[in-house]
Amino acid sequence: MPEYKVQFEVFEGPLDLLLYLIKKEEVDIYAVNLTKLATQFIEYIDLMRQFDLEVAGEFLVMASTLMYIKSRELLPVDQQVVVEAEDEGEDPRWELIRQLVEYKKFKDAAAQLQTLEARQENIYPRRPGKIEFENTDAPAKLEAGIFDLLNAVNSVLKRFSEKTAGTREIYEDKWSVSEKIEFVLQTLSERGSVKFSELFATAANRSEVICTFLALLELIRLKQLACVQPEPFAEIEISRATLAVPAGEPESAVAESATAIVEPAAPASEAAPQAEPEKPQ
Amino acid sequence: MELKFILESLLFSAQKPMSVKELRDVLASAATAEDADEAAKPFKKTKDDDVTAALEELAREHETAARSYRLACVAGAWQFVTQPEFSPWLKALVGVKTRPSRLSQAALETLAIIAYRQPVTRAEVEQVRGVNVDGTMQTILERGLVEQSGRAEVVGRPALYSTTPLFLEYFGLRGLEDLPAADELRRIPVEHPPAPVTADAGLATVPPEQLQLDETAKAKSEESAVPDPAETQT
Repeated sequence: MPEYKVQFEVFEGPLDLLLYLIKKEEVDIYAVNLTKLATQFIEYIDLMRQFDLEVAGEFLVMASTLMYIKSRELLPVDQQVVVEAEDEGEDPRWELIRQLVEYKKFKDAAAQLQTLEARQENIYPRRPGKIEFENTDAPAKLEAGIFDLLNAVNSVLKRFSEKTAGTREIYEDKWSVSEKIEFVLQTLSERGSVKFSELFATAANRSEVICTFLALLELIRLKQLACVQPEPFAEIEISRATLAVPAGEPESAVAESATAIVEPAAPASEAAPQAEPEKPQ
Repeated sequence: MELKFILESLLFSAQKPMSVKELRDVLASAATAEDADEAAKPFKKTKDDDVTAALEELAREHETAARSYRLACVAGAWQFVTQPEFSPWLKALVGVKTRPSRLSQAALETLAIIAYRQPVTRAEVEQVRGVNVDGTMQTILERGLVEQSGRAEVVGRPALYSTTPLFLEYFGLRGLEDLPAADELRRIPVEHPPAPVTADAGLATVPPEQLQLDETAKAKSEESAVPDPAETQT
């Protein structure tokens, strides 16, 4: 029983194994001894069997091709001619060598891709921060005044009076201003800004329109909303007031300064008990 | 103002890699703005080729300056990137890049064949690799590195596969022409070796009448009985 010292490499297929065997022989692919290669290839497959490795079908196909080539070699040239004429004219040796050369080149190309892959991992693109300008476009927009708002709500109401002209409905008050405040705030948090008419798009009747409008006025009074007209006579756009941010900043600044005051105080109080025991010493 | 420096400033501040067309659009919109600066107007109708030439010159200048960063073109879009040797510090700064796991040898080989031969059918890939590629194809399709690009006009109309822009991005390639040794691999010439060395020299070429029967038998038995290649040669 011969002692095998085999380092098992994972071969990607029979061609990979053949290339490995050729490399071991240290010869050019064109100059390789195919019959010798066939012997080694089959030895290797036997070895795989011994180690209970599953031999893929492709390996067996290659083994049979190699055996075919080897068997042909045993026949003198003039006796081969008949077989070759029946074949597709391609010498199986050349076909195999061509395949090996081709595969070798792609294997090398794959190695180069692998280098590129590793290199790319270490390349970082410049990611500039988004440049934000301090509301440079705000002055261009006109802040809508109370009369602009009234005009706008009037035109919404007018549409309702046209729609319901000649009919009267009796209905209960289903809407409250506080509900509508929530609705407006929720719409804005979902969409950022909203056109005036869009707020009333779902309104069913006059009283709902009025409820929504009152909610709007209330939020404006609380400085929660900003109403702007992109240009004169354009539709009013409603968004969350940007004023709320500067209003929040002093708060956090106060909180920070408060903690800043507390923090120096803490080491001081810690230092004090330490200092005290020292005194008796 | 020189075009290349304008482009440099744009790429320096751009939020994302910029294609030549996007850069040209910026030049045009700067020139046609209502309050367009006089300096911007001459660049209104800059041609793509001029932009590309300026970018390439800029990239060369950065290369010769040997800075820690360079101007790179990946998948047709230009951006500033750091040189790979500075990754230890960049890793500390921005953290390890979130990249999918590295590709297996099989996947790389399959990708290489598709990249150089596209559009290509699965059967053609298998022909080159000599193994079934169903699994690997699935992987690289899922990772969006290749896509089905059509059907071959042969029996069965098998699917044709091509690489995606993501493939170029993944490997940091400018375009397919940027692939290493592209010309050679696209169509490998079928070289017929002058005389393939196969069996022991002379064995197959000796006319039958010159072969002694017992010698042939001996040669055969040697071949089959002693598989060790070293001994066969002696």
